[in-house]
Amino acid sequence: MSELIVPTMAEMMAAGEKPDVLFWVGCSGSFDDRAKKITKAIVKILNKCDVKFAVLGAEETCSGDPAKRAGNEFLFQMQAMMNIQVLDGYEVKKIVTGCPHCFNTLKNEYPELGGNYEVIHHTQLIQDLLKSGKMAVEGGAFKGKKITFHDPCYLGRANDVYEAPRELLQKLDAELVEMKRCKAKGLCCGAGGAQMFKEAEKGDKEINVERTEEALTVKPNIIATGCPFCNTMMTDGVKNFNKEDEVEVLDVAELIATAADL
Amino acid sequence: MEIISQIVFIVVLVGSSVFFGYNVKKIINNMRLGRDEDRSDNKSERWKTMARVALGQSKMTARPIAAVLHLFIYVAFIFTQIELIEIIIDGSAGTERFFQPYLGGLYTFIISLIEILSLLALVATFAFLSRRNLLKLPRFQKSEMNGWPKLDGNIILYLEFILVVFIFTMNGADEALHVKEGGESYGFVLSSIYGTSVFGGMEFDTLHMFERIGWWGHILTVFAFIVYLPYSKHLHIFFAFPNTFYTKLKPKGQFTNMESVTNEVKLMLDPNADPYAVPEVDPNAVPQKFGAQDVQDLTWINILNAYTCTECGRCTSECPANMTGKKLSPRKIMMDVRDRAEEIGNGIRKEGEKWIDGKSLLGDYITEEEIWACTSCNACVQACPVNIDPLEIIMELRRYLVMEESKMPSELATMNTNIENNQAPWQFSSSDRLNWKDEA
Repeated sequence: MSELIVPTMAEMMAAGEKPDVLFWVGCSGSFDDRAKKITKAIVKILNKCDVKFAVLGAEETCSGDPAKRAGNEFLFQMQAMMNIQVLDGYEVKKIVTGCPHCFNTLKNEYPELGGNYEVIHHTQLIQDLLKSGKMAVEGGAFKGKKITFHDPCYLGRANDVYEAPRELLQKLDAELVEMKRCKAKGLCCGAGGAQMFKEAEKGDKEINVERTEEALTVKPNIIATGCPFCNTMMTDGVKNFNKEDEVEVLDVAELIATAADL
Repeated sequence: MEIISQIVFIVVLVGSSVFFGYNVKKIINNMRLGRDEDRSDNKSERWKTMARVALGQSKMTARPIAAVLHLFIYVAFIFTQIELIEIIIDGSAGTERFFQPYLGGLYTFIISLIEILSLLALVATFAFLSRRNLLKLPRFQKSEMNGWPKLDGNIILYLEFILVVFIFTMNGADEALHVKEGGESYGFVLSSIYGTSVFGGMEFDTLHMFERIGWWGHILTVFAFIVYLPYSKHLHIFFAFPNTFYTKLKPKGQFTNMESVTNEVKLMLDPNADPYAVPEVDPNAVPQKFGAQDVQDLTWINILNAYTCTECGRCTSECPANMTGKKLSPRKIMMDVRDRAEEIGNGIRKEGEKWIDGKSLLGDYITEEEIWACTSCNACVQACPVNIDPLEIIMELRRYLVMEESKMPSELATMNTNIENNQAPWQFSSSDRLNWKDEA
């Protein structure tokens, strides 16, 4: 495996350079062991395509999404304004995020606080890279496999991005099967609205179990997602049904990176 | 005799219209209990949304069977208005089928169309009644539907049934009467067939009586419906239009920005700000709460949403929390907002602005357990055929709990502390953010 090239904004600035795009890693992508693999897959793709990018590294902080959804507007705005100061300090114009929650907040909720950037989700960036021919993908590794895509709420319903991840999956020569509840009708994994950080209220079932159950009915080899929270929830769901040997939960970026032998 | 009937008609017409107007005014005043919100921007997009979603019923199609059945009643309702105008003219002026001589063949076509639509509406009414009472569709059996809401839904359908029966009695008896008087058949598509076969054998006086029963029964049911409407969940037939017009046009994931907070945060982050400066105080300012504890803290659009809700329950049936047995039901949130707005409105009308009852939306109607079960996934917003937004209300209630009362599940308090101290929801150090780069 070749070394990952991950310049920080500070290093770039010191070298008198400016990246074309800032990669906003997010807290999951930075700290969660499973999500870090997704982060690396994204970086491998960026490196492969020679995308001039940088990360904030230690200067990145929580976007504030979970605080806002949990009702703590003060904390959200504190985070947002501090982030905006940093982003504006580096004169950032374009941001790609590894997480639909950061994507939504940066794209939709920062402008009212003075932070205006072009924000895209990593599946959209990878789609652009493939379209412009900077990278080619062969389906080899996934040929004949059944893949179902779980729409993250904050990518799908919240921002109407349904096609970018699906177009990428179609490049894999695999069989893309849809769950009954997909796209605008997609069922939440159970982690949104700061639920990721708390126990669910009393009920008769966990939401991720309900969703995984549905995913398993289409008999996939792989459940693909585009969100580190969804990944955690679906992985737990698969374990709940003792299917972890048969069904993998992978991010679209990981699938593309593997298909491209990165 | 004729003149007495005309007077009775006009009295009932004016009486029910005034009563309806009075009640609608109350409802509009109840909406005004809410905070101001300006959504007068982007008018062309708003008209388009209204045309598509309310007039065009575009979001109904997510459930095709219900969409078709609902379309029957909807289209029948719209076309019957033409007949209704004629009935009002006939009733007030003592005429009979006032439009007929003016419209000729078109009149035959319109009444025929209304007859066919009425039959389809009758089919839909039976289907809807059986979905509620025989098939017992789960979304009509949820706990918030117990009691009055269940009865309310059925009353509307019974009225619809009675209405159609009277239309057919009126047209059938009239057809037979017309033929008996030596005239030709009216030629209305259904009543020309069943009119003579069902009513043909009756005496002239009996026929006349049936025709009048049909005519009066029809119009009195309409007036009863108008009087009943403001007390029912059925106001969507009007409010669907303004409600879709004032839809949030921003991406669903964009939650409202609290400007009152923005000002304070800006001050906190401004190195030149004087921390001891006394802010300019507006003596007339009403202290504003963060978030919503009661209906007055919501916006008028939230309350318009609540009155528009017809309790179809699509939101609740799509809600991930509800389908996994949690207490949250987005439909109940909307019903609670409406019922509380009614309660406050009635109290204030009775005892003036100072009226208080010591109750509030949050706590007495909606529990904390309900609002913390929400994943903010927007499934309820997506599912609503008339673009109601329960999520915005849930968020406002959370804001009140967190920012006014510091009440939240303990794990969320920990999460907040982590974000404050470590700039991440977990207890990791910022300096470790890039460690992944060098890990195998």
